[in-house]
Formats: sequence, structure tokens, C-alpha cells
Amino acid sequence: MRNLAFAVVLAAALSAGLPFAASAQQKDSCVECHSVLEDNLGQPAQLFADDIHRESGFSCADCHGGDPSSDDLEVSMDPARGFKGKISRLETPEMCGRCHSDPEFIHRFKPQQRVDQLVEYRKSVHGKRLAAGDEQAANCIDCHGVHGIREVSHVLSPVYPRALPQTCARCHADAEHMREYSISTAQFEEYETSVHWEALDVQGDLSAPTCATCHGNHGAAPPGVDSVAQVCGNCHIVFQRAFDQGPHKEAFEAMGLPACIACHANHAVLAPSEKMLGVDEGSSCVNCHSEGEAAFEVARQVRQRIDDLNQSLADSQEILDRAEEAGMEVTEGRLQWASANEQLIMARVQVHSFLLEPVEEAVSEGLGAADGSLEVGREALREMEFRRKGLALSLLTIAITMAGLWLAIRRLKLPA
Amino acid sequence: MSLPRNIVRWFDDRLGGDDIREFLAHKTVPVHAGTIWYYFGGITLFLFVIQVLTGILLLLYYRPTPAEAYESVQFIVTKVRFGWLVRSVHSWSANLMVLTALIHMFSVFFLRAYRRPRELTWLSGMALLFLTMAFGFSGYLLPWNTLSFFATKVGTDMAGAVPLIGDFLVRLMRGGEEVTGATLTRFFGIHVAILPGITTVLLLVHLLLVQKWGIGDPDGHAGGKRMPFVPHFVLRELMAWYGALAVLGALAALFPWELGEKADPFAAAPAGIRPEWYFLAVFHNLKLIPSTIWIFEGEVLGILALGAGVIFWVLMPFWDRAPEGEKPRLWVTGLGVLVIVYFVVFSLLGYYT
Repeated sequence: MRNLAFAVVLAAALSAGLPFAASAQQKDSCVECHSVLEDNLGQPAQLFADDIHRESGFSCADCHGGDPSSDDLEVSMDPARGFKGKISRLETPEMCGRCHSDPEFIHRFKPQQRVDQLVEYRKSVHGKRLAAGDEQAANCIDCHGVHGIREVSHVLSPVYPRALPQTCARCHADAEHMREYSISTAQFEEYETSVHWEALDVQGDLSAPTCATCHGNHGAAPPGVDSVAQVCGNCHIVFQRAFDQGPHKEAFEAMGLPACIACHANHAVLAPSEKMLGVDEGSSCVNCHSEGEAAFEVARQVRQRIDDLNQSLADSQEILDRAEEAGMEVTEGRLQWASANEQLIMARVQVHSFLLEPVEEAVSEGLGAADGSLEVGREALREMEFRRKGLALSLLTIAITMAGLWLAIRRLKLPA
Repeated sequence: MSLPRNIVRWFDDRLGGDDIREFLAHKTVPVHAGTIWYYFGGITLFLFVIQVLTGILLLLYYRPTPAEAYESVQFIVTKVRFGWLVRSVHSWSANLMVLTALIHMFSVFFLRAYRRPRELTWLSGMALLFLTMAFGFSGYLLPWNTLSFFATKVGTDMAGAVPLIGDFLVRLMRGGEEVTGATLTRFFGIHVAILPGITTVLLLVHLLLVQKWGIGDPDGHAGGKRMPFVPHFVLRELMAWYGALAVLGALAALFPWELGEKADPFAAAPAGIRPEWYFLAVFHNLKLIPSTIWIFEGEVLGILALGAGVIFWVLMPFWDRAPEGEKPRLWVTGLGVLVIVYFVVFSLLGYYT
């Protein structure tokens, strides 16, 4: 009788669509039956063993409805008891949102968990398309997986930073899948050539930018032309400030050019080099500016000054290395070199203002420090020469004295 | 009589110059195939004098605190005129001194000069060798660089394995639980005051004993060939000192002793931390011993075994009681060769593994 009462309460709770998170310790006929089935019917139960929801005490019925306390198929999968069966793709975001958009509920499990995923998703390109009935559009399970869902920080999660680009690429690099959307499918291929990929995948830097860093995750959308600098500037703050101070900001806006990516590309952000500067072939400046323009001259001079500092740093580095290999103490020179190198970095930042003055300021300071370190190295080498000469003279004196002693010893006869 | 002669005469009358001259005129030393090895005792003495002189010069600028030690040595080698030379000579000379002391010890051993009546000469010499190593160990920490800091940590850790008094020894050496500024101050005091004081006294005893019993003669005194101490031996010794000076000068000028990075007590120990080369054999040997042997701690057993070996070696005059001049005993020569092979092989293994 009590069992019947419990079943009635349970069925009432499930049919009301309320999440119910107390079934982990109780009978779960869904898992019992499905885990011994094969293929599509068995896989969900097998995957669910590692699911974060299961770890938090949720069961199949919390999403799919039904009565897991009964072994009778008619009862456990009775629509009257809230059984929904397979959740359609169009319904999925709302279904996940039942819990994930409810702060009171979700914060019982993770007090700092965000609850705006569904709101963001609805604004995303994916969400809009899904709302328009496009079942192909990505929803929660396409990125997070289904039945085997893991925390984002879990290394096996498809949205773990190192796995995220491949997860996005599953659709976005699939020409067949993307055909009707008329957008490129080369993003991932390009991204794999970028400095961001190098940092993420080769160096294992989990803070390196992935697709979501620039496009957002739940609210994924391509940044507009006028927001590119803002997006890049989230991380590259000082570069954005320099860019905002210079003439290119307004000019690019007027011409409808996307700020940073006009020179650096978007997905294939290559390692920047001095070659991008100046007026030689391969420079980004000459794409827009030609000889005779004031900007052309600025580009030439900026490159020249950066090259001057680079050369000065290389010269002093070489001298310092030579002195150090000879055992000389050049810590002071190394400190000055590091200071000059900092100014080179500063000058490279100021390049993004495309103004000669701030670049010149950093370069001049850098050249001063580099000259100082060069002088320390030269002084060390002069000192080394002095020591060698001193040593040679001393050894010669010692040799002569020893020869004299030897002659004196030879003259002495041992007594018989 | 001229004034200079008068002055000399004046001093002679008061210091007994005639007696000294008379004594030196009759002092002789033995001549044999192994004579050349005895010059290493004199070279060690010469290097000790260099250590004292360069050490005093370094003292003028060195500051024994963690905040200033490294910087003061850096100042010495970069700013002080010829400071680099003084510091480099001091470091190289310390190492050469350990080397020549070891050569001197083995030459005395193989030429059987420790035998009666020179037991005390041998014992005082062994004590001087240990003092030389203590100089090296305490001086190594003073520049307060990464290598010296961690090598001292490892070195003092090893003392902790000594049964019963291990913990006390570690605290005594470190001036606390860890290698800190207290250790630096302590090592400095030991290096510049305690060790020099003891060494000077022992050195005088050693030299007096050498004078009293003369240089050992493996062929025995009777009928052995001899040469006058002055000028024959003195000139040869002087030549050896000049040779040592040339080697020392060349090493110091061509390979200035590195200063390295300043020690950071909170940083992880860098890979490949090794003690100075003369502790390398023992260090590597202790590393090879398993952590437990039967029910005993391996390191403790290792320390005990090595300690027993050293004591056996030091007490050699009491095991080999044959008279001076008698042929070497096979087991004694075999033991000497074994110790050299052990020292070289384990040092090389310690260096390359």
C-alpha cells in the first residue's frame, strides 16, 4: 500500500515535469534493462555510468520521464507517468534549461554555476536557427555530448579547452553539413596554423584562445566588423589601446575594414614578425599605402627604427655571450640587455598606433640600454685580453725563474 | 764593519743566527726514487699560505648575510681591482690544495713514511687533510649561490644519517632545522676563525714532527743517499712552488671561478646537485646503497661502514708495524691501490651519472 502511494507521488512529480534528483540510491529499471541491450538502446545506459548528472544523483527519468521503480515496461514507460522517450532536437535546449536556468535548483549542486546558458543560446546563431526549425543547428548535446556528459574541466569533455576546436570543427569543417549555410569550412584548418593553436595544442596552455574565446560559447556568433578590435582587445589590451590612439581606427571604420584581422587574419593568426612592417615586399603596410604618401614614410621609418634596436640587441647579445663563455661576469650587462629588450616589446606594441613618435620613444630608450649592455660586454672582453696578457707575462717570468733555478740546481753536485 | 753587516750581526746575536746557520748546514734529506713525491707536502703548505693571503683580501669586502653575501662576491669579481683574480685564485687554490694534500697522503702511504716513529706525523697530517676538506665544505656555501646552497643542504643532510647524534649534528652545522642565514654566519665563522686557528696549530705540530723525525726514507736511514737541505732541497722545492703558482695562475685567469645564480631557498633544488669533487665518491657511494638493508637503514649502515674504513685508514701506522726501510707489505699496497681505484671510479660515476 505504501509502495503504491510512493509510486503515485513519484508519477505525480514526474508528470509535473519537475526534476527529481533522489533516484541514485533507488531502483532504476531504465539502467537495469538498457545496460544489457545492444547498440543504440544499450549505449545510453553504458555512457551514463560516467555522466556528471549520474554522479550528482540524477537518473534517466529526470530527463526522459517514466517510472524507473517498475520493471514492467508498460508501467515504467507509460506516457501517463511522464515518459517522453527520445527528446527531440528542437526540445533539447529547453529541456536542459529546466534545471540549468533555475538558479535555486542548480546552485544546490554548484553554487557558482552560471544559469544564463539558455538565454545566451536563444540569441546565438545556433539557437535562432533551431528556433526557426533547423534541426541541424547545434544544440546543447552537440557540444557537451549526451548520456556521457562530463564537466567542462574534465579532460575527456568535448568542451575541455584542448578539445573544443575539434568539437566545433565536427560541424564547421564538414562541407556536407555546412553546405546550406554558405559559410567557409576552412576555419579549423586555418586555426591549426595559428599562434593560438600553437599555444593551446603544442604548448598545452589551457588559457590560449579557442573558438569560444572570440565567438562566445552558448551565445556563439561571428563578431561584427566593428567589434573585432574589442574581441582581440579582451586579451591584447595594450595593442588595442595603441590602435585606438592611432589613425587607423577611424580609417578602418570608414572603409569597413575589420581592425586587427586586416593585417593578422582571423582564424589563421600567424606569429607576427617585423616583416609585416615597413615598405618591403611582404609588408602589410604596402597593401594600402604607396610611395609618396606620408604614411608610407612613417611605415619605412618605424621599420627602420625597430630594425636598429633588433640589431643593437643582437650585437650586444653576441658580445655578452662571448664574454660569459670566457668566464667573465656580465650580470650588469644582462640586466641592461633585458631592459633594452623590454623596450623592443614596448616599441612593437606602439607599432599598432602607427605613429612614429611613441615607437621612437621606446626605441631610443631601448638603444640606450642596449648600448650600455654592449659596453659592459666590450669592457669584459678588454678585461679578458688584459688578463690573458698578464697571465702570459707572469708565466714567462715564472718560466725564466724556474729555468734559473734549474740551472742553479744542476750546478749543485750531490755529496757522495 | 759596514752598517748592514752590523745590523745583521745585531740580529744574529739576539736570534742565534749562527746556530740556525749551523743547523741548516748540516740538515739533510734522503734521496731516492720517490723523492719527487715529497715536494707535494711543500706545495700543499704553499697553497695554504696562498689561501690565507687571498682569504684575508676577500674578507675586506665579503659580507656573511643571505642578503649581501652573493652581492658582495659579485662586487669583488666585477668592481674591485683584481678582485676577480683574488677570488678565482682562492677557489682554485682550495681545490688544488685538497688535490696536493691527497697526493701527499698517498705518497706518504706508499713510501711507508707513516711507520714508527712517524705515527704522530701521519695522524696530524690526516687531521690536516680533514681540516682542509672542512675548509672546502664551509667555504663552498659562502658565495650563497644556488649550487652551493643546495649542495650544503644535501651535504648537511648526510650528517643526519650518523646514528644517535645525527640530528644534533645537522642542527649544530645548520644553526637550525634548515640551511638559512644562520648556517651562512656559522659557516663563515668556522671558515675564517675556527678552522684557521686549529689548522695553524696542527700545521706547526706537523712541521715540528717532520723536523724532529726527518723526511721518511723507504730504503731506511742506514747507508741511504742524502742531499743537503740548503740549498739542494730548498731550490727544488722552490721550483715546485713556482710550478704550482704557474698552474694556479693559468687556471685562475683562463677559467675564472663561476659565481652562478643567487640562492633562492624557496626554489626547487636544480637537477644534478653534486658536492665538491672530493666528496663526490662518498656521496655517490651513499646514493647507491639501498634505503634498507635487512632491518637497518641503508644510509646509516653506509655512513658507519665508510666511517669505519676511514678510521682503519687513519690508524694504519698501528696495523703496519714493520720497521722503517722494510719492504712494503702486499696487503698494505693492495689496500692503497684499492682506495685510489675506489676514489677515482666512484668520483667519475658520481660525476657522469
